[in-house]
Amino acid sequence: MEFSQLQHYSPHTPAQASVSRVMLNVMLALIPGIVVYIFFFGWGVLVNIVLASIFALLAESLVLAVRKRPVFTTLLDGSALLTGILLALALPSHSAWWVIAVGVFFAIIIAKQLYGGLGLNPFNPAMTGYVVLLISFPLEMTRWSPPLELAEQSLSLIEAFRYSFSGYLPSSMDLDMISLATPLDIARERVDMGMKLSAVRSEFSIFSLLSGKGTEWINVAFLAGGIWLLFIRLIDWRIPASLLLAMGAAAGVFWLINPEQYLSPLFHLFAGATMLGAFFIATDPVTASTTPVGRLIFGAGCGLLIYIIRSGGGYPDGVAFAVLLMNLSAPLIDHFSQPRITGYKKPEEPKP
Amino acid sequence: MAKLYTFPGGLKLEGHKAISTNQPISKANIPDRLFVPLNQNIGSPAECIVEKGQRVLKGQMIGRVTDYVAVPVHAPSSGTVIDIQKFPAAHASGLPSDVIIIEPDGKDEWLERKPLPDITELDPSELRNMIRCAGIVGLGGAAFPTFIKLNPVGHQIKTLILNGAECEPYISCDDMLMRERPHEIIDGAKIMRHALNAASVIIAVEDNKPEAIASLQTLVNDLDWMEVQSIPAIYPTGGERQLVKVLTGKDVPSQGLPLDLDLVVSNVATAAAVHHALDHQQPLISRIITVTGSGVSSPRNIEALIGTPMSDLIEMAGGYTEDADRLIMGGPMMGITLKTDATPVVKASNCLLVQTPADHATEAICRPCIRCGECVKVCPVKLLPQQLYWFSQAKNLDGLQTHHLFDCIECGCCSVVCPSHIPLVQYFRYGKSESWKKEQETIKSDRARERTEARTKRLERIKAEKKAQHAARAKKTATASNDRQKEIQAAVARTKAKKAESSSGIDSLNT
Repeated sequence: MEFSQLQHYSPHTPAQASVSRVMLNVMLALIPGIVVYIFFFGWGVLVNIVLASIFALLAESLVLAVRKRPVFTTLLDGSALLTGILLALALPSHSAWWVIAVGVFFAIIIAKQLYGGLGLNPFNPAMTGYVVLLISFPLEMTRWSPPLELAEQSLSLIEAFRYSFSGYLPSSMDLDMISLATPLDIARERVDMGMKLSAVRSEFSIFSLLSGKGTEWINVAFLAGGIWLLFIRLIDWRIPASLLLAMGAAAGVFWLINPEQYLSPLFHLFAGATMLGAFFIATDPVTASTTPVGRLIFGAGCGLLIYIIRSGGGYPDGVAFAVLLMNLSAPLIDHFSQPRITGYKKPEEPKP
Repeated sequence: MAKLYTFPGGLKLEGHKAISTNQPISKANIPDRLFVPLNQNIGSPAECIVEKGQRVLKGQMIGRVTDYVAVPVHAPSSGTVIDIQKFPAAHASGLPSDVIIIEPDGKDEWLERKPLPDITELDPSELRNMIRCAGIVGLGGAAFPTFIKLNPVGHQIKTLILNGAECEPYISCDDMLMRERPHEIIDGAKIMRHALNAASVIIAVEDNKPEAIASLQTLVNDLDWMEVQSIPAIYPTGGERQLVKVLTGKDVPSQGLPLDLDLVVSNVATAAAVHHALDHQQPLISRIITVTGSGVSSPRNIEALIGTPMSDLIEMAGGYTEDADRLIMGGPMMGITLKTDATPVVKASNCLLVQTPADHATEAICRPCIRCGECVKVCPVKLLPQQLYWFSQAKNLDGLQTHHLFDCIECGCCSVVCPSHIPLVQYFRYGKSESWKKEQETIKSDRARERTEARTKRLERIKAEKKAQHAARAKKTATASNDRQKEIQAAVARTKAKKAESSSGIDSLNT
């Protein structure tokens, strides 16, 4: 019997994994965090996610059509959707539609597709989009909602949608009711003003046992999702572990020096976007280090930078800047952290 | 139980071995035609020493060696040589090679065999020569001449490792050999140990073959120099370097051999072949081959003569199933596809795998690399496959060199786990061949440059020599003309003097 005259190459096995499956699993792991986020901060979170997802798919389709690439099969890889969701999670919970649109379009079109699309972007698209928004629209981007338990009134799902598109609030509410500084902001500002941390924490009702009301539970939920990702071996332990460890260690040193001036490591670990950043953003394989040692350095760098930016910067959180700065360093880290190859005494001097 | 180590990476694969081990090894009949390729080993092919129409006996040498890395080829059965021609070969290139076609006479008449003296009385070099004359090569798939491996070249061999790991899915020929004929392996090991003067022998078997381990164990129990070692079934633990790592914890140096660690690794079937060659004076003319996969009706192991067409074996295994669409020599991880089942069994054929579309990934979409690093995790050599992929794509040969492409063993683990379904190993083979090509070109251009330089030098030398000659001649002429000038001047001077003399004489006369 004659067989195909084409040469097929080994291995002759069915595919075990797929990019779509990877992205889907990451999205599944986000669900607990998203649910808790909505529970504590209202429907605005969901509105953000829905809008960002739609814009992300739109932007990706648009560019793919212009680039004459298969639109549908490429959308199925799930990467654009994930970028949209991650960016939505970084936004204040009641964001205007155009803020979301600008961020997502920048993330997908400029930060991802203009570099060549999936796999070729040097910077994390969601974080690039977020930083563009943060720098361009500082007012809109610092209008953080208080946790529901502190709010006198909250928006229903319909009202949240309407607010996003028209800025319309029910007559009984005003803008101040849906905007508040974050615990990290309050702590930094008040300490700069000379207050003691213990006084700050007791004065402002937003503070809670670990960090901020609601925020701490969102972090716990993202941590749970992240641990599941580790368990199914979809992400490597090195980046989240070194990130959390480096951040905790840096915070610990300063906290031990003066606990009235510096927030505790535990606070930092469960505040802001720490867990989301550690398990879902810094671990983006495309833009992170890929060597085992490189990943440790990459994670530790992120952790230290987050702490530095949080403590000394003027932004609500430092995750986005920290990750982007480390994205910038990833190729260099990879270059100098090549593993020792089996059969060699020590890693050979890499040649530039 | 000795302490075991682990090698980096690797994969736990589903074995699929039970489908071919539920019946004993069957013996194939002598086929209508035997197609014996002359090139069946790594190194140089044998040279044909028979003619068309000549009668040959079973075990008679029909191809002789012309080089060091080479072994002879023998007639698998008695019969007549009907042709010597190009024929499709079981080789990755798919290129035809020289094949001696024998029409067996059915008598299966042996060449006269002389009994050998006790092997322990023989000198190791004599043993090696006999093993070479029997045409024995490594039967694990690489087909490297065994006599070279059995030469310790100055090393005091500590351990001979017999590789019975058989880590690739579907393949079970070594498993069945160990189950049914353990004594052959142990008798072969005795001879190999003597040839190497090795202190001990370890037979390493993956723990998914308990029957094989048990059957060897009963024979090994009262031997103090030999042990059976069960090792975890992780692909590719049967790779020579990986096996050495698992058993000793040591890395074989990158460009080196297990010999550098005073070890020799050989396949269990090779040991059995050595036993046949020296205890029964039978050269390597048959082997056990697994015929398996969802594309054959009744998978099994078959002992077949070298040169038997694969189609005969498929028939013995119940024929193809309806949707059989791919024929592979070797396993699913590293095997090569065959274009036709007319291809004959060669010494390196350990498995004939017939697949159906469901067994291989034809419909998977190839997406861009997302640098997830799964390939890095599974690489048993600790390479960075995703970097090598970039360099291969960009034809960056220097990058391939500095990232050690040539240490890649092409085990296929990275391709299997890649979520983007990138055929990584194929890229690496391409990168290797491009590098070789470039190396050849560099050698060529170096030679051309040397030639040009030599020519320029020669021309310059000739020019310089000519110039020197010219100069010498010019100088000679110049001196010659100088002399002449002097002569003329002297003559003029003499005439003048004479004239002056005579005029003064006149003057004096006038006074």
